[in-house]
Amino acid sequence: MTVDPRALLAILGMAVVTYATRIGGLWLLRRLGGTPSGRVAAWLRAIPGAVIVAIVAPNILAAGPAGAVAALATAVVAVRTGSVLAAMATGVALVFGWRVLT
Amino acid sequence: MERPGQSDAARPNDQPIAFDLAGALAGARRTLPVGASIFAYGLVFGVLARQAGLSPAEAFLMSGLVFAGSSQFVALDLWATPLPIASLVVTTLVVNLRHLLMGAALGPLLGRLPPLKTYGSLFFLNDESWALTMGEQDRGRRNAAFLVGSGVVTWLAWTGATLAGGTLGGALRDPARWGLDFAFTAVFVALVVGLWRGKGDALPWAVAALVAVVVDRLLSGTWHILLGGLAGSLTAALGRAEGTPNDG
Repeated sequence: MTVDPRALLAILGMAVVTYATRIGGLWLLRRLGGTPSGRVAAWLRAIPGAVIVAIVAPNILAAGPAGAVAALATAVVAVRTGSVLAAMATGVALVFGWRVLT
Repeated sequence: MERPGQSDAARPNDQPIAFDLAGALAGARRTLPVGASIFAYGLVFGVLARQAGLSPAEAFLMSGLVFAGSSQFVALDLWATPLPIASLVVTTLVVNLRHLLMGAALGPLLGRLPPLKTYGSLFFLNDESWALTMGEQDRGRRNAAFLVGSGVVTWLAWTGATLAGGTLGGALRDPARWGLDFAFTAVFVALVVGLWRGKGDALPWAVAALVAVVVDRLLSGTWHILLGGLAGSLTAALGRAEGTPNDG
């Protein structure tokens, strides 16, 4: 059971802000009597997708041609099966195969 | 059996909001099928957390206390020595801002309970339980403990899988040899495919990718995630101006 103090601090900080987002919507609703709508709602909804795209784009570039092919295959399997696990396994297997063969 | 609670005649609206064991059990039962996929996803998180350098106890604490999948995967991408605590916290906040909308949408069900029940239940708010609870709310069922029952099942699947995955991940040596260094990218690709809502996402995502790649070249660290994510999501918000302003 090793927990680094800095890691614990980071995890607690992440937990506090996440809980704040969970209760914040209802809290705002009670205080202000309104829900975010229009552009603010559109912005909030678009954040997770945009953040994840921002993470993967440089990673795929850095992984070279194997990365691009594997990323495409991963996306196809994810669309077809809806399974994150199956999609990830496909991507990893392709990169593994590429490294064995080259 | 398939549809618990179907028999307790749902009379909409003027019925008072219940918060009891029956509701919690209904929520738990409805969430069990979803639990399997959450477990698989948590297994992946556990393995990758080990690869990223978290101890099994740290990974378990993160899953138990933060309890928000995509933000936890993002955190693994940021995990480094020395630990960038401030950027971990800020990025987690940004990724989880969507909870504001989800919590507000549960207003009709949770808003009229005593604060302790409301804010206690909301700890268990997660994407899957939210979707199931919204379905209950739309059907006029008035038992707010449904969210808690559903959330507890999700929590158990997520934390249990994190522990199991951590054990698996610890047994693997030289992950790059098996292509596992690509697993992060693959998980994110699979996640983002699930977030695609239609052609309207094309431009925001292209902006996010472009800004991220450029910032990644210019600045070290993890600024590309925040700046790319902000640029992309703001593009989506500005794009709303030309479309219909209110389908939120």
